[in-house]
Amino acid sequence: MCDAQKEPATSTAPPAVQFINVTKQFGSLVVLKNLNLSVTRGEKVALIGPSGSGKTTLLRTLMTLEPIDGGVIEVDGEAFTHERIGGHLVPAREAHIRRIRGKIGMVFQQFNLFPHMTALKNIIEAPVHVLGQSREEATDRAVSLLRKVGLIDRKDHYPSQLSGGQQQRVAIARALAMRPKVMLFDEVTSALDPELVHEVLQVMRQLGEEQDLTMLIVTHQMGFAAEVADRVCFFSEGSILEQGPPEVIFHTPAHERTRAFLRAVLDA
Amino acid sequence: MAASIVSIVVATIAGIAQLSGNRLVRWIAIGYVEVFRGTSLLVQLFWLFFVLPNFGIKLNAFIVAILALGLNNGAYGSEVVRGSIVAIPRSQIEAAIALNMPPALRMRRIILPQALMTMLLPWGNLLIILLKGTALVSLITIQDLAFQTYNLNVLTFQTLQLYGLSLVLYFVMAQGIALVIRALYRRVSHGITRGAF
Repeated sequence: MCDAQKEPATSTAPPAVQFINVTKQFGSLVVLKNLNLSVTRGEKVALIGPSGSGKTTLLRTLMTLEPIDGGVIEVDGEAFTHERIGGHLVPAREAHIRRIRGKIGMVFQQFNLFPHMTALKNIIEAPVHVLGQSREEATDRAVSLLRKVGLIDRKDHYPSQLSGGQQQRVAIARALAMRPKVMLFDEVTSALDPELVHEVLQVMRQLGEEQDLTMLIVTHQMGFAAEVADRVCFFSEGSILEQGPPEVIFHTPAHERTRAFLRAVLDA
Repeated sequence: MAASIVSIVVATIAGIAQLSGNRLVRWIAIGYVEVFRGTSLLVQLFWLFFVLPNFGIKLNAFIVAILALGLNNGAYGSEVVRGSIVAIPRSQIEAAIALNMPPALRMRRIILPQALMTMLLPWGNLLIILLKGTALVSLITIQDLAFQTYNLNVLTFQTLQLYGLSLVLYFVMAQGIALVIRALYRRVSHGITRGAF
């Protein structure tokens, strides 16, 4: 259905993320249908498509927020959902899942900052308590991340004292503080007022320039996808209908379904 | 005071245990809540004080009072704890999972601090009810405020003054609890705007 169309960075390196025949159902509703997707290290992939087509679910299964019903998800060539013990693949234990999950960061549509913590504390919480960093080390890193997202002057503000765009930038900094290899962005500008979208996209553009960071971006911002993504995957009804470089998908899509979607989105 | 601490500790454990993935743990917690909530505090006091000695367990009246008041109040409190925890939006837990926090850390650092804000005000109610429940412990020989008032009244017949004073003392203690709870609420809700998340 959908295999990587571009060559991996090196022929020996395993893909950063690989979905192999992944199926996910909610009751009788099939959300992901035998989905295959291979993302190379450092690749920026935009996932576009109508609501309910499975884009967000794909990110959520990769973040282990939803269990999958079939297939395998691999990160850096290691199965996430299964582990190899004594030559056999068995369902993964919590320790294995946590080890692999440590390579992934996620930013949510609704920011999901911890409301009882300031911006700075939101960022250092996991590095201190999960990675075991000292408070000083975590704070230094948090301060430099807050500078990067342009919010150093808001470090002691609580989420309720920040605008949506500022909260989302803190959320990006919070995810980056865990030094993930793969970042997942789930419609991160959809909940923002139009004038705040720009500041968040600006931060993501900067991230897009980081060679080693793999990014999977679910977005309705087609201009942004065209600008940042190496590859665009168009989702329809739980599978990837077509994919390719942005200039191909946006200008000469092969499928009528893709054309109809792009017309609807660009006219809106 | 000691009964309040027993009550809060038991309520927190039972409240979390009721949400446990382990069926046995959940059932034990639910059983405790239903038994202690569903029977009279007075009967629980009498059971611990008069019936347990028949099984060879003899407890000091003071310990019985702390246990009965604490366990009885804790049963109500555990529902407050449980309710406050399940009211935390799923998105908060997902954010914590995405930061690779293990379940115990999520509970301790993310869920409970937020749930605390929701549970504090109902806890004020429960602790005041507990305070007034102490009037019952005179029935197992403890000389509490109600008991002392009754004794002094028998000796002096200054009914209006004595029961008036008793009323004022209960009220002042209850106000003390309410003040502490309000101060704590202000502290834990600092920076959080309700309904924003």
